[in-house]
Amino acid sequence: MAYISKRNRQKEKDRQIAANNRRELIAAGFKRRDLLKMGLLTSAGMLIPQKGLSAHPITSAGLAFDDPVSPPTTPFAQNMPRLQVLQPVAALNPAPTIAPNTAAGEGRTVSHQAFAQFPPQRFYEISQQQALVTMAANNELPAQTIWGFNGITPGPMIVERYGVLGSPGNGSVLVRQRNNLPSNNGGFGLPSVTTHLHNGHTPLESDGFPCFFFAQGQFYDYHYPNVLAGINSTHPGTGDIKEAMASLWYHDHRIDHTAENTYKGLAGTYILFNEFDTGNENTGFRLPSFGDGQNPLTSFDIYMVFNDKVFDEQTGLLAFDLFNTDGILGDKFLVNGKINPVLHVSPRRYRFRWLNTGPSRFYQMFVLGPNNTTKSFWQISTDGNLLQKPVQVTSSRFAVAERVDVIVDFTGQAGKTFYLENRLEQQDGRGPTGNVLGAGQGTKILQIVVDGPVVADNSIDPATIPANQAVYFYGFPNTNDAPRITRTFRFERGNGQWQVNGQLVGDCNNIRFAIKRNSVEKWIFQNNSGGWQHPIHMHFEEFQTLSINGNPPATTGIIQKGRKDVFRLEHNMETQVYFRFRDFVGKFPLHCHNVVHEDHAMMVLGMIDDVGDNKTQP
Amino acid sequence: MTDLRRRSLIAALGAAPLAVPLLTHAQTIEVNSKFKQISSRERIRDRYFPDLVLTNQDGQKLKFYNDLVKDKLVIFNFFYAKCEGICSPISRNLAQLQRVLGNRVGKDIFIYSFTLKPKEDNPTALKHYAEMHKAKPGWLFLTGAPDDMELLRRKLGFVDPDPEVDKDLSNHIGVLKYGNEPLERWGGCPGMSSPEWIAEMLSWVDWPKDSAHMKANGGGL
Repeated sequence: MAYISKRNRQKEKDRQIAANNRRELIAAGFKRRDLLKMGLLTSAGMLIPQKGLSAHPITSAGLAFDDPVSPPTTPFAQNMPRLQVLQPVAALNPAPTIAPNTAAGEGRTVSHQAFAQFPPQRFYEISQQQALVTMAANNELPAQTIWGFNGITPGPMIVERYGVLGSPGNGSVLVRQRNNLPSNNGGFGLPSVTTHLHNGHTPLESDGFPCFFFAQGQFYDYHYPNVLAGINSTHPGTGDIKEAMASLWYHDHRIDHTAENTYKGLAGTYILFNEFDTGNENTGFRLPSFGDGQNPLTSFDIYMVFNDKVFDEQTGLLAFDLFNTDGILGDKFLVNGKINPVLHVSPRRYRFRWLNTGPSRFYQMFVLGPNNTTKSFWQISTDGNLLQKPVQVTSSRFAVAERVDVIVDFTGQAGKTFYLENRLEQQDGRGPTGNVLGAGQGTKILQIVVDGPVVADNSIDPATIPANQAVYFYGFPNTNDAPRITRTFRFERGNGQWQVNGQLVGDCNNIRFAIKRNSVEKWIFQNNSGGWQHPIHMHFEEFQTLSINGNPPATTGIIQKGRKDVFRLEHNMETQVYFRFRDFVGKFPLHCHNVVHEDHAMMVLGMIDDVGDNKTQP
Repeated sequence: MTDLRRRSLIAALGAAPLAVPLLTHAQTIEVNSKFKQISSRERIRDRYFPDLVLTNQDGQKLKFYNDLVKDKLVIFNFFYAKCEGICSPISRNLAQLQRVLGNRVGKDIFIYSFTLKPKEDNPTALKHYAEMHKAKPGWLFLTGAPDDMELLRRKLGFVDPDPEVDKDLSNHIGVLKYGNEPLERWGGCPGMSSPEWIAEMLSWVDWPKDSAHMKANGGGL
């Protein structure tokens, strides 16, 4: 036990040395150029992490002494939970209404626009409430107070199906969210919420717009028709199957308070199946079976929710950095709500759905095998949208809110142990440095032990798909229709504040631009900074990337080509993306999904209507 | 002072584990005894609100936590009197905000503008700046020992992670931080947000409308 105090003392000493060294460098008047020359500063503006120059974790350049370091916990000493599947309720009381039921305590202010066209077939009810949970193995940390959907984090998984082609509306559901959060927040969190379904093709009054928040004691009915984009426009009655989505999530989106509320637990998962991506490995695309989502002998499709957190070294309780505006990094890594858990698998293929809920970290995930070997796997989606076919990769990179579906094949690996390892170096909230660490040098997040019983595997072996077959899944929608308008969004920082196209943003009363319903737009995202990276998220529609710094998006390695809703805008990057805005109208945000940046007004609000505007730099 | 307190806390933490015997997995409850039961409000105070002695534009000495933050709804920004960049527009914006917030400023809502140049900005300079911006009671302009002001700036997160950017005062952080200390609700926004929008943001961290506090202080924002 003396280890703890020694560790803390050493950390403190390191921090003091680092702080002193930095102070001296700055006091000596060294310019960025000098530091670069001396090899102490990277081109990205980072001080080189030499001993004595920086101590983890760093949030500011000089006096980083105040950052908490979590108490030690034992890794790989508890099982990774499989996410609970939410069950529908027979009826809601009071019954849902098209107009907001203000009298009964509904916080919605806009009528449902597609309720009559897609009447809900199933109803769910979720209570957002406080609960006590354990995160560390062996009770090494005290019980943690969280805010969770139904009092759990991640929240319960909603598993739904699109309507069958030709009969839309069968997948339509209504989710009633109740705000039962307490006034006493235990140090952080705002008990005022709005729930975003990321990234459903959803009528926008049900999207979880950041300014459509509702208060304690109120409820809000979210109508999710679960229809394919194009259903009321380009592909009437059916929607475009090439717009099918698979791995979504829902989370609090309260304007200016999203980071603390999601950090406190308000995030859950949402899966959509259809007649191709069936959840049954004997049918359709034959992806590993979902089963009931719980039974390890029949459920081989597993959602994994990653986040990083810090625990107060004195109280052992979850800590949130209230005054940080750069981005918050944790030193404990959770999967499905547990710190460094273990997953037991059988020697066969699995579909893993990876989601990073932040708050600010980027991951590049590898599967580490025995003796520091790197195991390749198949990436099948970007942001939960199936690629044209599985692509063999050795890693996937994903920032906050990005999702990656993969197939990992443990056939013939019985008795072996693997790890999910993040090798992307990141030292502060500004984004990763760009360095990718060597095998075994990164952070082991999840242990995977192949000790389950041998079970049948009828799922597709991606290796058997002929190399000359270009499309195994749906293929991508075309990007040939001429855009109605090209808009540029330049993301900048000035006086420590975020600006888009040189203007401050983030005011709910400031709707900056209007998109014409059922039109095509081309957008250009620019980041002229060498120090910051931003996962830029657009609600409501998936985009396709046309070019990145003038080059076509990559189809191998770190995959860039695919349908996405988050663009990882890295250092000094410019991209062109292609959108079709179809079917529904209403307000939406375009924002950075580093939720700390988001909460400091890195968000532009817009709307879809039947007129549109011609602002090329909103 | 804060360093001293921190050191003593670390010493305490370092000593505490010696009293705890080596534990096995079966003795899980005892493991938790290494943690202290401290309220979140106290931890926030320890981490962010050192009780430094500051001086306002009238030359009054005030303790940062006990006199300025405790039990109040507060708004923070950093500025300096001879700033030719973003300070004046933000100060003008705060003057408008003070008008929008009305007579609660000075009662249970306070605006604090901390100087980035404590060596130049003595109380006289602050007073002059306050009068220039027609600051009314409840909006305080504060200076202190240079090391204390620097500590405060870092504690409250008015820092750029790039040291080159950070030491360039012409590009200093132009955000406002705001919060309700007893309710433990905190937020931040651009300093040039519209006063009406800032007032709305403050209402989110305000005391509940039906609370005794509000009845005593004349209603919500």
